[in-house]
Amino acid sequence: MKTTYKILALLVSVSIITISCKKNDTAPEVITYYEQQDQMARPAINTVFVTAPTDKDAFNTTIPSAMGGMFQSKFQTRLLALNAGYTTNALGQNAATLTGLLATDVLGVSTTGVTTFFDGTNILTGRALADDVIDVELLLIFGGPAGTSNPGLTKDNVNANDKAFLTSFPYLASPW
Amino acid sequence: MSFNATDVAFKIPGKTIAFQVHRQKQISTLTQHFNISDFFLVPAIHPKAFIVGNALYIQNLTLKTFQMKPKKIILTAIVAAALITGGIMYAADHIDTPAVTSQPTDITDLYVFRASDPANLVFVANSQGLTSPANSTNLKFDANTILEFNIDKTGDNIEDLVIQCKYDAASNKMQIYGPIAPSATGTKSKLEGNATAEVAITAYGSTAVSGTGTSGIKVFAGPRDDPFFFDLNRYKAVLAGTAPGFSSTGTDTFAGTNVFSVVLEVPKSLIGATANINVWLETKKKI
Repeated sequence: MKTTYKILALLVSVSIITISCKKNDTAPEVITYYEQQDQMARPAINTVFVTAPTDKDAFNTTIPSAMGGMFQSKFQTRLLALNAGYTTNALGQNAATLTGLLATDVLGVSTTGVTTFFDGTNILTGRALADDVIDVELLLIFGGPAGTSNPGLTKDNVNANDKAFLTSFPYLASPW
Repeated sequence: MSFNATDVAFKIPGKTIAFQVHRQKQISTLTQHFNISDFFLVPAIHPKAFIVGNALYIQNLTLKTFQMKPKKIILTAIVAAALITGGIMYAADHIDTPAVTSQPTDITDLYVFRASDPANLVFVANSQGLTSPANSTNLKFDANTILEFNIDKTGDNIEDLVIQCKYDAASNKMQIYGPIAPSATGTKSKLEGNATAEVAITAYGSTAVSGTGTSGIKVFAGPRDDPFFFDLNRYKAVLAGTAPGFSSTGTDTFAGTNVFSVVLEVPKSLIGATANINVWLETKKKI
């Protein structure tokens, strides 16, 4: 019995040594890196304002802090191509201001108040599922200073989703 | 399964050009992981159909080949050129660029809103848009792609926190990392810290499975109805000059289609006391 215990003790200590050796000998962990492929915040920005396919890929792989410098003037050209008569919009933004805002593709979110793309009072404090974001963007692009210009272009008349959202997690409707 | 003329018809606002299929042969059934980046893509009449050379890729990504008469091949090229230069519009971010279209990295939409419990914020990342119900069973997350929510708290548009969503194929679970300050900002990321929550992927047709992490983060991952709505086809017609404006009764181009969603509900306390944050979503691929 004593011998058995001794052997066991020896085995245990050997295995401890082995384990600790293993630990010390382990090569530094290989870190996996991931590279940016697509980026988005506000809806439809890349699709509407970036036209050349190479620019679309470039926009998706650019970090937001660099987007304004790279894309603001292209966005402005595109805005004026979409609406040659653009002066200001309902927010009082001229072409440079609006495209400067949009070119940096981030979504402003309030952590204290109502979260909505636009609800008549709050603007760009988030994006809720039911927000008619397209109408908001169309209004800002085509609606002019009073929101009344180009009436045929300022809303698409699809005002809600085709399935009701849930009031609790996970909020999105079940798939079709 | 057989083609009919409309399967291979190109739709340009105002006119449709159909091709006669002379011969066809099924080669293989492909998943959505099929690498399409080497091909020149042309959207056909079906939102998930593309014609490439003499091969057609349709909704369920079943690859078929067919032969066209030389005249028709030329016509294909002309139509393709017209479509490309005419600008292909898919919104919100659905199929927005050549490099990511139809890839698991293609983001369709980002939503951030206050949860039913006002102490929490909900983050939604949708990808792989315009998926038909028939194809929804085949949707898969990609183990080599992470979805990363970026949060700027200081107004400089540089991320101060990230929430990373990493699919683990072995367990078929979505694992969440963060919110956590990243060790480096920018286009390259690594997983930061330890997983804070995880959930089994909800299978198509099954009841939504929710996971709850130790820090109170709730997570869902799986197919959902695409919450985006827009009369995109009419918008394209307006841009092409074939319609004067939107229709008084719009048609939702995204009706009846699904996306692959990751939904997170995060206690605001994990983001910290900043009243206004900037959020954006990125997909990042293993390098």
